[in-house]
Amino acid sequence: MPDPTDLTVDPHRVLTGIGVCAGTASAPIVLVSPAPGVDEDEPPCTDPAADGQRVRDAMKAVADDLTARAEATDGTTRQILETTAQLATDRAIAKAVDKQLKKGSGITRAVHDATATYAEMLAQLGGYMAERVTDLMDIRDRVICELRGVPAPGVPRLEQPTIVVARDLAPAETATLDPELVAGIVTEQGGPTSHTAILAAQLGIPAVVRVNGALELTADDRLAIDGGAGRVIVSPTDDEVAELAERARRREAALADSHGSGRTADGHAVPLLANIGTADDARRAATQDVEGSGLFRTEFLFLDRDQAPTLEEQTETYTTVLEAFGERKVVVRTLDAGADKPLVFADQGEDENPALGVRGLRLSRAREDLLDTQLEALAAAHRATGGDLHVMAPMVATVEEARWFAEKVRATGLPHVGIMIEVPAAAINARHLLAEVDFASIGTNDLSQYTYAADRMQGELADLLSPWQPALLAMVQAACIGGAETDSAIGVCGEAGGDPLVALVLVGLGVSTLSMAPGKVTAVRAALARHDLATCQEMARRAVAAPTAEAARQAVIDLAHPEVLDLL
Amino acid sequence: MITRTATIASSVGLHARPAAIFAKAAADTDLDITISLGDEEADAASVLEVMTLGAKHGDEVTLSCEDDGAEAALDSLVDLLGRDLDKE
Repeated sequence: MPDPTDLTVDPHRVLTGIGVCAGTASAPIVLVSPAPGVDEDEPPCTDPAADGQRVRDAMKAVADDLTARAEATDGTTRQILETTAQLATDRAIAKAVDKQLKKGSGITRAVHDATATYAEMLAQLGGYMAERVTDLMDIRDRVICELRGVPAPGVPRLEQPTIVVARDLAPAETATLDPELVAGIVTEQGGPTSHTAILAAQLGIPAVVRVNGALELTADDRLAIDGGAGRVIVSPTDDEVAELAERARRREAALADSHGSGRTADGHAVPLLANIGTADDARRAATQDVEGSGLFRTEFLFLDRDQAPTLEEQTETYTTVLEAFGERKVVVRTLDAGADKPLVFADQGEDENPALGVRGLRLSRAREDLLDTQLEALAAAHRATGGDLHVMAPMVATVEEARWFAEKVRATGLPHVGIMIEVPAAAINARHLLAEVDFASIGTNDLSQYTYAADRMQGELADLLSPWQPALLAMVQAACIGGAETDSAIGVCGEAGGDPLVALVLVGLGVSTLSMAPGKVTAVRAALARHDLATCQEMARRAVAAPTAEAARQAVIDLAHPEVLDLL
Repeated sequence: MITRTATIASSVGLHARPAAIFAKAAADTDLDITISLGDEEADAASVLEVMTLGAKHGDEVTLSCEDDGAEAALDSLVDLLGRDLDKE
């Protein structure tokens, strides 16, 4: 058997990972280089003045490069780059480096240690400041690269359609990616709910994460990737490239007639909605072929600031969102923060297990004033626009919580109140919780995390977080039974709803609306249109009865229309 | 030595953009200006030090400079701190 690591023998090989955004690509690659770090062999400093000047020159070069890149962009990206450029020539860093040099530290070690002190100070300040640590570390790495005469870390400027290969992509790295030139993304780490996956889904870039061996690829390699199947072919043959191109063509053909409202082949309506997080998202999504928003996350108004947003500011934002969607439905989730997403102005102290702590509705109960202002703002926006507004609470587990929330929402005059089902307790006890409210929306990401006791951010646990896991499907089924008994609508607004195959199962289980990244709607609509409700129900029966995630998926594939496989 | 006091008008405090705007203005004066909040001192031209000072909305800060010709420069910085920079 040939040694798979001996590339001189046969460079052609197939790597597998988790496909997080369907689509295919065949292109050269660019490796996002990891930072080289401190030069362990460098001599100690003997001339602090000369070395101090070298560091200043390097900082200037880094700042100039960032400024040039800022000028080539606009909007938020430009602001991020300009602020980072300013940080790159910061006097305080230069002075702190001088101190380290006078102590005799080598030049890259001095840069490393000088920035570390500030990083710690920023981290302690929390919130917005803590996030600037990433920028500072980026500057540190760039200055060290400049001093060592090696290429800067991060994503180089792309000249042609290219597949980006990385350990994982940090938000700062993706900020400057040109979506037009990124043909695909391959990462060794990450998972279906990681930053890279969400970004890829938003932009519709084929992506495969958790690819073992991705970091052993070299800059000369050519790749062909299949973001649906999770396949990465190194040095693909002409036949393989042709096969992928054929797949892309079939996918396009299968999507060609996908427009209008979501419905099964026999006309059972399943409204397809967009997940949004900001007023800008709302404006963008509203121009697309979606039937509204099934999840408007309101956290962005609250995170990274010192004081809670005012009633006026919130009213303005909610009004903008409702106006964008006109008569279409908008489901707003009240503040989902606390614990893993801490707020400076609502600090509940340290949580040993943040995911199990005072977050979601629990934070709203501890800080009722925040929820009151938010509901008041939503009611004002509703009065101003007359939009089809639905309001739901995150992290609800008990009947008492659901009742408390419903009373508050109804007291403000808002017409529709609901809960998220993301805790197993709420899924199992759904009929009692639903007796208190009008509707529920299942958050499959958190429901997976809590059902399988698997941290969403832990890439290694990705298989436990698969939407095909039988216990997760059983939870969805329990929630749907509760919905049927109380005659309440049950939606899904997690990643699972955006997978064309899983969507069929969810509809079969009784889910009545699906909300997802706007880029996924077309494929889900195409899948629904090729199956009648009875087939979806049979798929659901078999998937829930399957012993493993793999068996559940296979059982559904066996019943699926062949063209749907082209969508994956 | 010349000193001036100013009250932070930015609704988010001397963070982020306001800190960047202030530090850039201080650097452009080519003077050595110190900004202090209580016992904490920071180099006004360093956005990093200004941010880590953690001055909030309504906090009173002191600007000082050894150079006797710095009056006009300090006055213009005081004026800057008196505006809501986050809204600009």
